[in-house]
Amino acid sequence: MRKLLIACLIPFMVLFSTALWAIDPLPFADGEQEERFRVLVAELRCVQCQNQNLADSDALIAKDLRKEIFEQMQAGRSDDEIVDFLVERYGEFVLYRPAFSGKNLLLWLGPLLIVVFGGIGVAVHLRRRAANSQPAAAAPIAEDIDW
Amino acid sequence: MIMRLFLPLALFFALAVLLWSGLGKDPSILPSALLDKPIPQFSSTKLRQPGEPIDSQALLGEPYLLNVFASWCRSCLIEHPVLDAYVKRGQLKLVGLNYRDEREAALSWLQFHGDPYAEIIWDPDGRLGIDFGITGAPESFVVDAQGIVRYKIVGPVSPEIMEKEILPRLREGAG
Repeated sequence: MRKLLIACLIPFMVLFSTALWAIDPLPFADGEQEERFRVLVAELRCVQCQNQNLADSDALIAKDLRKEIFEQMQAGRSDDEIVDFLVERYGEFVLYRPAFSGKNLLLWLGPLLIVVFGGIGVAVHLRRRAANSQPAAAAPIAEDIDW
Repeated sequence: MIMRLFLPLALFFALAVLLWSGLGKDPSILPSALLDKPIPQFSSTKLRQPGEPIDSQALLGEPYLLNVFASWCRSCLIEHPVLDAYVKRGQLKLVGLNYRDEREAALSWLQFHGDPYAEIIWDPDGRLGIDFGITGAPESFVVDAQGIVRYKIVGPVSPEIMEKEILPRLREGAG
């Protein structure tokens, strides 16, 4: 009985999952192309509602761009060519994974730099503290204290 | 000892300057990928003269403001009187890009609100908009006499933006 109930619920869960809704029904040539499309629109940012990817966005422009990507795929363009097409028009902003070059280097390497310099700082600090505290620890309690 | 006092202070000021410089910036406004580049090559038709061709070559020779508008666009109503006034004073050549619109709706919108456009490019399906890197309406581009994009405004043009950003660049772009 419970299994049946769950089985009945599954179609509704699929129906109401937003990711599926946002994607327009497009006549893909085959499953492989559909998969390429899904990966690509998930990696590209919507240029209007900027914290969504192209796949999730309901904005007009996102719809247009999905259609454009689909049509370019039908025309046999590669993923790289399509991404270049969009970057040329909308800038690197559309990439959720910006290129590993130029002014993006700081973006990519920044966290690493922080860890390295932070680590050096902590190491220096710890070493200095150890060096400072050693004499103090070694110093015995003064024996001539008059208890 | 001095170092120990100074370092946190220096770090604090560095962070403060960084954060301060970020205040007042609108992160939703993207720099145009077209800046200092020629407008995209296109050939389309005119909104008001159905079927009559217009292309990027036809717009060369005089600096102009390319204004993306549509009859469904509410913010366009805010900037429309501003654009209209500057065109009437002869300070501005205005070229329209009618974006994702019905021809009939666009024409009656112009009839109702006034039509300051020297030319209007028709882009019913937004395909041309993608080439221009448009994210919505209204958006405007300052284009110089050689067809180079000098500036882009996202959102309605105010008199202030017109005086400070657009007109000086149009004058500059005339040469």
